[in-house]
Parts: sequence; C-alpha cells; structure tokens
Amino acid sequence: MKSYMDKCCSECWHSPANPCDMFIRCCTEGPLCHNSDACKQRLMDLNKKLRYESHDIPIIFIGMGTCGLASGAAKVEQAIRQELEKLNINAQIEPTGCIGYCSKEVIVDIKLPGGERISYCEITPKIVAKFIQKTLVDKQIFTEKLLGTHNKLNTEIIPIHNIPFFKKQQKIVLENCGIISPISIDAYIANGGFKALDKVLRLMKPMEVVKEILSSGLRGRGGAGFPTGKKWELAHNQKADVKYLICNADEGDPGAFMDRSVLESDPFRVVEGMLIAAFAIGASKGYIYCRAEYPLAISRLENTIEQCKNYGLMGDNILNSDFGFDLKIKKGAGAFVCGEETALIGSIEGRRGMPKPRPPFPSISGLYGKPTVINNVETFANITSIVNKGAEWFASIGTSTSKGTKVFALSGKINNTGLVEVPMGMTLEDVVFDVGGGIPNHKQFKAVQIGGPSGGCLPESVIKTPVDYESLKTVGAMMGSGGFVVMDEDTCMVDVAKFFLTFIQNESCGKCVPCREGTKRMLEIIERIPHSYKNTSNKLDQLQRFKGVIHLQRLASVIQDTSLCGLGQSAPNPVLSGLKYFREEYEEHLYERKCSAAVCKELLTFTIDNSICTGCGVCVKKCSVDAIAGEKGHAHYILDDKCIRCGMCFESCRFNAIEVN
Amino acid sequence: MHKDVFKNYQKNDKSALIPLLQDVQSLYNYLPEEALKDIAEFLGIPLSRVFGVATFYNQFRLTPIGKNVIRVCRGTACHVKNSSNLLFALETALGIKAGETTRDKNFTLETVACIGACSIAPVITVNDEFYGRLSVKDIPKIIKTYTTAQQKAAVEIKAEESAA
Repeated sequence: MKSYMDKCCSECWHSPANPCDMFIRCCTEGPLCHNSDACKQRLMDLNKKLRYESHDIPIIFIGMGTCGLASGAAKVEQAIRQELEKLNINAQIEPTGCIGYCSKEVIVDIKLPGGERISYCEITPKIVAKFIQKTLVDKQIFTEKLLGTHNKLNTEIIPIHNIPFFKKQQKIVLENCGIISPISIDAYIANGGFKALDKVLRLMKPMEVVKEILSSGLRGRGGAGFPTGKKWELAHNQKADVKYLICNADEGDPGAFMDRSVLESDPFRVVEGMLIAAFAIGASKGYIYCRAEYPLAISRLENTIEQCKNYGLMGDNILNSDFGFDLKIKKGAGAFVCGEETALIGSIEGRRGMPKPRPPFPSISGLYGKPTVINNVETFANITSIVNKGAEWFASIGTSTSKGTKVFALSGKINNTGLVEVPMGMTLEDVVFDVGGGIPNHKQFKAVQIGGPSGGCLPESVIKTPVDYESLKTVGAMMGSGGFVVMDEDTCMVDVAKFFLTFIQNESCGKCVPCREGTKRMLEIIERIPHSYKNTSNKLDQLQRFKGVIHLQRLASVIQDTSLCGLGQSAPNPVLSGLKYFREEYEEHLYERKCSAAVCKELLTFTIDNSICTGCGVCVKKCSVDAIAGEKGHAHYILDDKCIRCGMCFESCRFNAIEVN
Repeated sequence: MHKDVFKNYQKNDKSALIPLLQDVQSLYNYLPEEALKDIAEFLGIPLSRVFGVATFYNQFRLTPIGKNVIRVCRGTACHVKNSSNLLFALETALGIKAGETTRDKNFTLETVACIGACSIAPVITVNDEFYGRLSVKDIPKIIKTYTTAQQKAAVEIKAEESAA
C-alpha cells in the first residue's frame, strides 16, 4: 500500500463514485468492515510511514514556502540532491511548508531511521556538503546550525518548542505548518486530517455544528471580528435552492502574509474547515478567492481540490452522506478593496470590486442574490480543531471576549521575523520582545503597526495592551488580519502616515465621496507637512499647510463616519493614532522643520565630512543630478542647491563620510 | 489567437470576465484592444464594462511590457526597511519611472502593494524570482544579471544567423 486509495484487500470498495462512510476512520484505525490481521498490519505500516515514524532511509525535510524559496530553498534542495548522488546515499526529500521562523530560513530537518527529527537553520548551498557529511554520513549533530529537535528522545538537544521564538506560542492553526507535506492528502489524513469532517457527517446535524461554533466563541479572523457562529446561523436559517460559501484569501494588507503561509503549508486544513462550514449552512457551492500574487498558494490549492476529489472528499455524496460540495478557485486581480465582503462578491460575479451598502448582509443575500457566508482563511483553519477538541476547549483559550489564538506576521525592525501564533490576551510586549526577540542593532523600540492600513501605530506607553479585539480598539488600533510591523527609532511617523494614505488613496475604489475625495485631501495635508520652505516661497502654501493641519482631525472623523465600507471607515486610523501618540513628532516637523528619524528627505541636508572622504568618486557616479563635485583623490562636497536629497550618496559611501542632518 | 482561450468558457457567462481577461493577458502579457472587443462580444456585455473592469484591477495592463518585469514591493515592512530607496535606485539605473518600460523593451518597472514576503524585506521580484534583504548596493548586480542574459542571447542569435 502506498496511499489510502490502494485497497487493503478486495473487501474494500471505497471510490469517489461509490463512497464508504467509514473511509476516514478506516484509514487510521481500520480495517473496520472486515477482520484481517494482514490488512491491519498493512494499514498500520502505511500510517507509520506517513507519520514518518518508521522508515528505512533518512528523510530530509526542506521548508519550501515562498519565504523559504525566496531565501534559496530551491538551490539548497538542488545542492542536497547533487550531494546525495555524489555520496551515493539513498534518502527521501520531503518538501514542507513554512514553520514560521522565516528569519532563519532555509530550514532543513533531518530524520535518520529510528532517530529523532532535528531541525537546522540558515542552510545555504555552500555548506550543504559539510552538512550532509556530518548528519548523514557521520550521523552526528551539525551543531553550528542546530535549531532543535522535534521529539523528546535526546536530552542533549534543546526541544524546538523550548527555544524563545516557539516557547510562548500556542499552535492550533499552524499545527501542521512546516511539519507535514502540504501536497499529500495521505500525510494529512495520517496526522488526524478529515477526522472532524467524518465526525460532523456521521454524528452531527447542521444546527449542532453551528451551535458548537457559536459556543466556541470563534470570531472572524479577517479583521472585524464578527462572531463566526452568528454568520453561519443567519445563513443556516435562510431558505434557498442554493447557498454559497466563500473563503476570503484576498490578503491585501501590506505587511500581512498569514493566509499565504497557511495556504502554502496546510491547505487541506482550510478545505476541511470549508467542507464543515458548507455542511453547517447547507451550501453546495464554494469559492476560494485568492490573490493572483500568490502563485504557490494557488497551485497548492488546485492540488488540494484535485486530491480531495480523487479521494471522494469533494463532489456529491461525500463519505456516503447526502452532503455534496463543489469548490472552485477564483483568482483575484489585484484590488485591495476586494477583501471587503460585498466587493469580493462583485469581483466573483465579474464586475468591478465595489462595495455595496449593507444590509442586506451577504448571509441573507450575497453571491447572485443567494445566502452566502464569507470567512477568512484563518477562521476556516480553526474549525477542524474546534470540532475535534470541542467548543469548551477552544473557549478556554484566550480572554473573555476573544477566544482562541491569533496568527501574526512579524516583520519590520524585529529580530525574529516570521509567522507566530499566540493565545489571545498575550501582551504586545511579549510578542515583540519574547517571541519576536526584540529590536535588531540595539535600536530603540518606537511603535508597532498593527492591523495594516486600517489599524494604528502603538507606542511604548501602551505596549502592555493585551492582544484581543476590544483592547486593541480602545487604544486606537484594530486586530486586522494580523500584520504586525515593528518600527524603531529610524522610522518617521509622519512618513508612515503618508505611506498608508498613499496606499488607501491608490486602493480606494472611488464609489463613495468621503473615501475617494477625503483621503486625497488628507494625503495632501500630510504631504505638505514635510514640505521644504525652499519650495514654498509663496506664503499661501504655508498658510494652507497650517490650515490643513488644523482641519485634519475633523476631516478624519467625517471620513470615519460617512464612508460606505470598512476601507474608508478605517482609513484615517493610521493618521489618528499617529496624532494621538506621536503629536510631538508632527509638531517637530511643522515648527522646527526637522525630522529626527532622518526619513523625510525634504527636511534633510547632506554634507560630506572632508576628514573622512577619500575622494573615491563612487558618490559622484551615483548622483543622478550632478550635485557632488570634487577632484579624484580629494575630499568631495555636495552642492546643496542641486541636491534632490535622494540619499543615494549616503547609501553608496563605503567610508560613512556622508552626514545627514 | 486569443479566441482559443474562449473555448474554456461559456458564451454569455458574465462571471467569466475576470478569468478570461487573466487568460488573455497571460497570452499576450497585456490586453490588446481587439481582444477586449472580442471578449465583450463573446460574453455579451458592453465594451465599456469590460474596459471598466480591465482598468479597475491593478493586474491588468493595456500596454505591452518589457521582457523582464521588476516589481518593487511597497508593503509596510518593506517601506520601513527603505524600499523607496530601492525604487529610486532602480528608477535612476534604468532611466524610467515606476510603471514604465525601457526603450529597448528589456525592463518594465512596477510597484506592488505587498508580495507577502515581509519576513525578508525589502523585497523585489524580477519575473518570478525573489530577491530579499536587499540594499541599494545590490541593485546594479541584479540589473546586470538580466541585461547580460539578454545581450548574450542577442549575440547567440547573431552568431546563429551568421553561421546560417
């Protein structure tokens, strides 16, 4: 037997056309319909093999999510294959998804027959030869790049969940990510996959499933935090010939990559969650709306759906029940606003992605006017665990209003960038300094941007805020989909506000006036703040600037109150949180014409320290406006009139002779 | 040529508009006017609506692009790590602005909202290849990789031609 679809003997008849209701249980506990020790042995052997418990040859796991690939995982894999061939070693190479520790990619795990699974990090093609020699030939630990062990056999090696990055995490959604193969349905079933679906189809009524999710307290992980169970209940109670289920994988927030990672590393979990949801609300058709910018996630999803069909887990009469479900992938076309439910529906219907006023809510009248439930990738990924372990278990994690865990994408100026899953209620401080490992280069922590363009920047004074929907709202941010960008002293908050407004301005669909025109005006005001006096010789412009700043707050609140959809309603948040916590920085820009972080280029002056400058001439070549003069071999100087403050000379100088003030 | 793509879709199925545009674009690398007209006729929707959708979404372009597409990620994490300088360096090195194509049609420079590779910020992609943890100093090398490949190919073609 190589896969579960290979029959243990002629007694087994499961096929997609003629499904057996015991198939899933049979895979891991079987055979159930007949008594045969030989068949039992065969299934047990297969299970052990798929769980990597017993194997004759070494297994090499390589983390090959997008982050791994971008760090060179494909080159490492090629180098390992060449090395194995050279040494004539027979080993199994198993590509996995991302374990979350992206700053340590490429991560390679080695498991020798009968041994433990040991993780190594930062493997490059250059050290592959040494690495393979040490681990596979000498059968020793490659200590230089050791990360930890996944098992607890050897006390000498630190277990991977004890290293600081993993210690405070609690993995529910990311349980399988980076551990099992994301392309094999067999591996997923062997590790407890589809058990929840099996339980739901055999033992539960749709309304019981809805009640279970309701009592678990699960809230939508896409940002707004609407209770998932309520959404389902509403759609369940609708009477319609067809209902739709949509998975929102249009992860547009800049700085967020949770959905991509989950879809790449554990797509079966998301699809199983969708199957359960479809059963609960009575949907027969579903869509996954995924960004076209995530080609790997899309191909993994295509593979997942294909395999589910081959195993009889999608289509009609799933596991011999009267429940049938058909799932299709819709590729997004690059519009941030399509993350909004009604805009997303418009996009699937083939229109421009423009939001519609609600009510009617999609749960009552959504895609093609039919009841439609839309949930985020992470929400669906939580479902299987809730069904398997019970609502009570899930509700015991987190705070009184926010249950379970939340996945965050740590990025920016932080040591451990990557994907983390922490229980709700953990403080921001713990996420930044314990899990994230603090700020690199001994710089000072300044703010954490949470919730993407709809969220806010939170400074050190509120860093003890627990991570849950309500607490984050009170301090002026929001949960958002899980982007978590850390900023240090070199980040200018006026510049960050400008960045987000530019983004919102580009992505505003243009349907309602407050969002379309309001954000444009706001951007103009913010852009004027770091405007240089040199370019504002007329007094009117200066007057406009002060007038604008006076009206900024009021404009922001009008946009919040009157915009049609969440994009506009939350668009002023980055500015408002900036004004709330970093007012002195705005004032410094305005009154002192200074940017302490040295980011707002118009306010900077570049000079060359002539005691350091060697006159190498590199900066002269880099300068696109010929603003640097000087003879070769002698100290150069910058012509301030010509300088456009692009900073290229500063970046290119090897002697750090250029000063920025 | 693009009419072959239509076979995979049902006539007058209005929801097929975006996938159809995506398929046609992957065929030509952009959306020619003729194709838009044919799509409108095939799906039975006004050309104005097809044009509306094609200009609404960032993915679609109405002008041809260069051989190599460089995309600079402008997500939050990349921005905090100075991706604007990368963009400026690329603009100066190639002599074009974001959204434009070089005159020799070798490079198109684009910005994207977020590639989702924030952990290795700042990131650019050239075609489908990712380059992460970049600084301005790395830019000339990357551009060189793709210009020399192009020049090499041109030399080879010339050599073949002269041999023939």
